[in-house]
Amino acid sequence: MKVTLHIWRQKSPADQGRFVTYSLDQVSPDMSFLEMLDMLNEQLIQQGEEPVAFEHDCREGICGSCAMMINGLAHGPERGTTTCQLHMRSFPDGAEIYVEPWRARAFPILKDLVCDRSALDRIIQAGGYVSVGTGGAPDANCLPVPKTAQDKAMDAAQCIGCGACVAACPNASAMLFLAAKVSHLAHLPQGQPERHERVRKMLAQHDREGFGHCTNIGECEAACPKEISVEHIAQLNRDYIAASLLSLVR
Amino acid sequence: MILDAKVPSGPLAEKWTRFKREQRLISPANKAKYTVIVVGTGLAGASAAASLAELGYKVLVFCFHDTPRRAHSIAAQGGINAAKNYRNDGDSIFRLFYDTIKGGDFRSREANVYRLAEVSGNIIDQCVAQGVPFAREYGGLLETRSFGGAQLQRTFYCRGQTGQQLLLGAYQALCRQISYGTVKMFPRCEMLDLVVIDGRARGIITRHLVTGKIEAFAADAVVLATGGYSNVFYLSTNAIGCNVSATYRAYKRGAFFANPCFTQIHPTCIPVSGEHQSKLTLMSESLRNDGRVWVPKRREDVAKHPNDIPEADRDYFLERKYPSYGNLAPRDIASRAAKEVCDEGRGVGPSGRGVYLDLADAIRRQGIDRIREKYGNLFDMYERITGENAYTQPMRIYPAPHYTMGGLWVNYELMSNLPGLFVIGEANFSDHGANRLGASALMQGLADGYFILPYTLTHWLAGVKPGLPPLDHPEFRRCAGEAQQRLKRLLAIGGQKTAVEFHRQLGHILWDYVGMSRSRDGLLRAIDQIRTLRQQFWENVRVPGSDTDLNMALERANRVADFLEFAELMALDALRREESCGCHFRVEYQTPDGEAKRDDERFCHVAAWEYAGPDKEPIRHEEPLVFETVKLTERSYK
Repeated sequence: MKVTLHIWRQKSPADQGRFVTYSLDQVSPDMSFLEMLDMLNEQLIQQGEEPVAFEHDCREGICGSCAMMINGLAHGPERGTTTCQLHMRSFPDGAEIYVEPWRARAFPILKDLVCDRSALDRIIQAGGYVSVGTGGAPDANCLPVPKTAQDKAMDAAQCIGCGACVAACPNASAMLFLAAKVSHLAHLPQGQPERHERVRKMLAQHDREGFGHCTNIGECEAACPKEISVEHIAQLNRDYIAASLLSLVR
Repeated sequence: MILDAKVPSGPLAEKWTRFKREQRLISPANKAKYTVIVVGTGLAGASAAASLAELGYKVLVFCFHDTPRRAHSIAAQGGINAAKNYRNDGDSIFRLFYDTIKGGDFRSREANVYRLAEVSGNIIDQCVAQGVPFAREYGGLLETRSFGGAQLQRTFYCRGQTGQQLLLGAYQALCRQISYGTVKMFPRCEMLDLVVIDGRARGIITRHLVTGKIEAFAADAVVLATGGYSNVFYLSTNAIGCNVSATYRAYKRGAFFANPCFTQIHPTCIPVSGEHQSKLTLMSESLRNDGRVWVPKRREDVAKHPNDIPEADRDYFLERKYPSYGNLAPRDIASRAAKEVCDEGRGVGPSGRGVYLDLADAIRRQGIDRIREKYGNLFDMYERITGENAYTQPMRIYPAPHYTMGGLWVNYELMSNLPGLFVIGEANFSDHGANRLGASALMQGLADGYFILPYTLTHWLAGVKPGLPPLDHPEFRRCAGEAQQRLKRLLAIGGQKTAVEFHRQLGHILWDYVGMSRSRDGLLRAIDQIRTLRQQFWENVRVPGSDTDLNMALERANRVADFLEFAELMALDALRREESCGCHFRVEYQTPDGEAKRDDERFCHVAAWEYAGPDKEPIRHEEPLVFETVKLTERSYK
């Protein structure tokens, strides 16, 4: 099949950036979207041009590296799918495809389709963990966890940290990312001792990084390649309110 | 040279206890005077970095990803073994130890493997305390399942994303230390060289992948946790970025590389679909808990739709050949059996290189919902890649390069022959011998990082004075200069072919001659072809752009250059090991029924290779493997 690509090219953070059009022939429908970009890049190198910079690694939908807006949709048209798991059979022959980096103030563009998502790390560093050191943990079975709680925790814990929720949100909010971690730990007994402090610290860091606020639009859930539900944001809000009230009482 | 593994004396079950009892310690106040570099943030690196920082060391951590959470441990699917015996099915530390030694075809060190089994239970405790959401029974206790090479259920798991959840646990522990300021994290920093001063590892040279800046870092000890090298095959289940560069550069600076030819070919991967393919995708071994592997009995049937082939015309070849383990035969054996039936012309799918993995029986027995709950993400992944629905027809699978048991040589204390250089996780030559059992990689990575290195590194550091060499030491300057020179050289060639094309060609050579079956003639041919290809690379590769900004083509070319050298070492190791064992199957050495035939007289040892200089044959050292507890037997799963 044949495709026409309009790809965002930007040499450096300071560069203006613009769309450049490429046409690509002999694309196989069995190729993944990234393999199609590999093919383009091989051709660009052959022609003495700089290949398109994009992030990718595991290519099986779990590392969260790949990050691009494809025709205005984070990770492209398929639901619950990362860019690396998207295949060209999802596009018609002769398709026009626009490819852009994530756009958010908290994700500055480094080059072409690569942006800096370290803000997400700093949110976890602010409290997205259980404060247990190595050694001294009690036997794993000493504390039963209801299967339903474990399932909920796992649903949230699946987040791959790709940032699609931010890219899809009109407010560029990272609330789904943040909520996934808060909710994961809030559903487990191990997460209880720091539950309230965690949510306050992480949320404060989220705001410091320049992410927008959540206005319950729900684009994040639609874009999430792991289909993490916005109900975790509701959980986050409940925990945040409880934490704020408790801090007043204290 | 006789390699001293420094295994403590005494009975097997008491060695680790004895080590801990007799080890040197460093007082909490003095630990902060020591600086430790950790390269890599997978399970081993992240767990080690967090644990060392908790102890009070100053830790510098490096990874080439944009965040430490993306290391390839994240992609491990099936589970992690531990001898908890929660199932009451007869598990014990000894049994996990024995299964692992036997699974590795008696080519690993008894004492290391026993220690691994001994700490396996602590790992599960630790991870649960961190909030890792392991699968549970309705009563709230932990659930386990079976994996290859074992007759009991000792594998803990988080749906099909166990590696992800364990890595996030370790990553979060690391994040906590970063927030305390005890760990300084350097993301997007690739290690380009190891700096050795007066025979001791004293630091590393890195390149910042966005700015291109080359920098030197000094430390009291360097820990490499840089993973395996399966990507040498070009197509493997590894992430695109996985590479051999860190360990290979350490090898060129004097660290010995052990058993490089021990590469695991995983039986259950989605078959290759065409030349455009950039990687292969694993379907977790856990599917073999409920799935049955088969091909048509007759060659004429291979083109038929699998659902149209009646039961009587199917050959469940693993169940037929290995009745006591059946579909749960270890990976090397299952892979070879699949290759064998495909070589007979009974392989299925467009390329004829595929066998069926069929869950129809399990779906009938347990219901589609239960199967979806257990393996849903794998079925979805399969459908995305192949466009086929595995709930209604069997999956097609074929073996693919997956894990590497070989790696830098380390002693019992996980230190290489270079003092001050420690190697953990898949990067070391590890505890898996000639074949790793499923769900043991996660166990080893975390055992090394959480529960072994913090003890052994402390013991070693206690014997040296803290203090860093100056960064303008001539050796730092020389190594940084050489790293820079090499990048400039790559950029200046301006040839006709991309690094990826060379990599793909290298992969074909290795898959044909250093893959699932190897022969003397084939290996000699491979060495010859690798040399030619390497020469062509340095004459004809084209690397665009510059070395002063983000240049992924340059990163790739620099890694491929190392693969092109390393591949020769791998083939040479395979050539010199004149026996078959585990994954290493030399066609000249097999039993009458086609199983691997070990030669314990001549090859019951670890081969550790010493770099001798460019274009010189490396020197092969041996570490004899002494079995005090287990008896060497022919490994049978029949």
